[in-house]
Amino acid sequence: MRPETETELCEIIRGAAGPLAVRGGGTRGRAVAGAVLETGGISGIRLYEPGALTLVAAAGTPLAEVEAALAAEGQRLAFEVPDLRAVLGRAGVSTLGGVVAENAAGPRRVQVGACRDFCLGVQFVDGRGDLIRNGGRVMKNVTGYDLVKLLAGSRGQLGVLTEVALKVLPRPETEATLCLPGLSDAQAVAAMAAALGSPYDVTGAAHLPGQGTFLRVEGFEGSVCYRAGQLAAVLRGFGVAEEVAGPWAAIRDVAALVDVPGDLWRLSVRPSDAPGLVARMGAEAVVYDWGGGLIWARLAPGCDLRARLGDFVGHATCLGGGDAQAEPAPEPAPVAALAARLRAAFDPRGIFAGAV
Amino acid sequence: MDMPAPSLSILSRKARIVDRLLEVLPQDAVIHDENEVRAYECDALAAYRCPPLVAVLPRTTAEVAAVLRLCLAEGVPVVPRGAGTSLAGGALPTADCVILGVARMNDVLEVNYADRYIRVQAGRTNLAVTGAVEGDGFFYAPDPSSQLACAIAGNIAMNSGGAHCLKYGVTTNNLLGVTLVMMDGTVMEIGGPYMDAGGLDLLGVICGSEGQLGVVTEATLRILPKPEGARPVLIGFESSEVAGACVSDIIKAGVLPVAIEFMDGPCIKACEAFAKAGYPDCEALLIIEVEGAEEEIRHQLRLITDIARRHNPVEIREAADEAQAKRIWLGRKSAFGAMGQINDYMCLDGTIPVSSLPHVLRRIGELSREYGLDVANVFHAGDGNMHPLILYDANLPGDQEKCEALGADILKLCVEVGGCLTGEHGVGIEKRDLMGVQYAPADLEAQLRVKDVFDPKWLLNPAKVFPLQVTASRRAG
Repeated sequence: MRPETETELCEIIRGAAGPLAVRGGGTRGRAVAGAVLETGGISGIRLYEPGALTLVAAAGTPLAEVEAALAAEGQRLAFEVPDLRAVLGRAGVSTLGGVVAENAAGPRRVQVGACRDFCLGVQFVDGRGDLIRNGGRVMKNVTGYDLVKLLAGSRGQLGVLTEVALKVLPRPETEATLCLPGLSDAQAVAAMAAALGSPYDVTGAAHLPGQGTFLRVEGFEGSVCYRAGQLAAVLRGFGVAEEVAGPWAAIRDVAALVDVPGDLWRLSVRPSDAPGLVARMGAEAVVYDWGGGLIWARLAPGCDLRARLGDFVGHATCLGGGDAQAEPAPEPAPVAALAARLRAAFDPRGIFAGAV
Repeated sequence: MDMPAPSLSILSRKARIVDRLLEVLPQDAVIHDENEVRAYECDALAAYRCPPLVAVLPRTTAEVAAVLRLCLAEGVPVVPRGAGTSLAGGALPTADCVILGVARMNDVLEVNYADRYIRVQAGRTNLAVTGAVEGDGFFYAPDPSSQLACAIAGNIAMNSGGAHCLKYGVTTNNLLGVTLVMMDGTVMEIGGPYMDAGGLDLLGVICGSEGQLGVVTEATLRILPKPEGARPVLIGFESSEVAGACVSDIIKAGVLPVAIEFMDGPCIKACEAFAKAGYPDCEALLIIEVEGAEEEIRHQLRLITDIARRHNPVEIREAADEAQAKRIWLGRKSAFGAMGQINDYMCLDGTIPVSSLPHVLRRIGELSREYGLDVANVFHAGDGNMHPLILYDANLPGDQEKCEALGADILKLCVEVGGCLTGEHGVGIEKRDLMGVQYAPADLEAQLRVKDVFDPKWLLNPAKVFPLQVTASRRAG
């Protein structure tokens, strides 16, 4: 099934007798049982006002189409959408709805936020088949509950997105990347904390063990040059920072783990805890992003990382790899119960029960 | 503004409810004397007042949980209250409610500079959060104009913004986690000192839920390193249209100021008369602030003033030093005080797409003449959040009603052009009955279902946010 309009989508969901397997570009998520419902038919940019930094598009719009339209006006999606197809061994074409449903965020997350922080409004069809609108297309909006944030990152559990309104940002004039070579994981996280705690607007802080610790500044040329210099001075205690071509696309897409076999894990943690967690993890390879707040790790297939780590601040999600299925991070019982009741409120018949 | 009739059953049980509260709270935390509860009869929307049944001021999360459990058992509505600075009536009591104030919970629990967060009790004031970290070069970014008085609990409930959110975002973009007490007394940790949710983004829906989903007792907030410097430039224009076009050009050029504030002619004149900041006599004025090191500030201001010059400004005034910067901000910061001197006023809070600014200002002018009430406009132009101030005379019979009707028409106009009813103040009781203008029944129903999940008995701040007739059956249950 591939509805072309919101009305058709509502009818399909209303008429569904059992679970549906909702598919955007098929680049993420896990294979679930049920009739396949493709979202790509509801597609196209519906409004773009560069002067208001606002773009509204149907959820099935290919991400590439959105990025091209923005690039033509010197703008971009600031949250830096990762392309995980290679590391997950998937094909497909990312859609805007999928990006929002995953609350995607790349290295720039540390400074500007994730996709949810740029979502101004959503339209979606819930499990009853009702079309629901929330938010709008303006940057400040506290009218009623913020279901926009709830839908962002809900991975299809509450409804099928049909339209999203996004805040976009100007593409900066230039960028510079500093690299500190040879730091231990603990030194690297300390260096990244020093950089992120400086007033020099660091927009990327990642550590690739064995390759170096990378810090990015962006903006107007004179300003970038000044801040890169200041930053190098702040980091003097960690060694001599050299300016390099930024490997940010590789960091964003977790390229360092593409050729490492095993299950892919993603951990969201308190940055200063990261080196200790990695030391206990027994991973084949890791990548630190977000100043250490995000850890990507490859572990031997089937390894129960959560059991190995025990209690820690944050959460770990297995994204699969090979034959492994994605498994969501477990939540404390009262939170899990609340989330289950919310899912039932939006989807009482379990049409989206397969989405995790 | 209608409020539900108080439950006679609850009113008749006051003594018993007070006794039960005194079993779980210290004596000084339960305020039940008829005169003393008057201190909680209103918030900053002072036109509406109603003393509550009881006010409680717990000091710990456990005490908050005990109060909520008890109120659930007694079927008593609870109105959570931060510092009572809501402009929308978010903390307005009903005669049969318990006001749950978190003002005594104001400790800093943890400061972590390496991971850039602070954990505080939710009654701490916004400015005191920054106060706890600024000595070490950090700050908490959301800066609502009431920041000296307003509590983080209220900021979270209303998803408060401020003048600098063009760059730093609003509360929801700076909130990492909360301790949430549910109406049944369950205590939950939602989020924490890490960047994203593991499951559904519950934090995202709790923020801005106006105290209707749970009571926030602790919050983990993102703190940021202070910029090296900041400086404003003031630019006067012959018309609002031209100022609006200039804002759009600045944004398109890739400059991202931390604040772009706009004032129209009536507002400029009133502020000038009140604060004597030396503003030029013109129809529209922008105050644009940029941040960074000295050279960065100069570069950004040069880009901005180059763009402004293409719009034939009446005047461009750059601040040469701190004193001049203060003078530029002086008039803007005294705008509300200036209006208060002239008259009673009602402050609106709609947001519009920046592109429809000239049209909206023209329509507001027409509506103002139709109603015979003056309107002065001051707002955050970069993000389209408008604060039209409608001047009226509270002592003149019928004037307040006329003012509210004009306010409703202006907010409907905001929605009509693709904007919304409230950008940062919240719905409260003030915009409650206009929700149907922005949202279709199915849209509202989805929000009501969220409240059903968090608060099945509809006891938390029940008469707010949604039109009363829409929530009647739920509140009765």
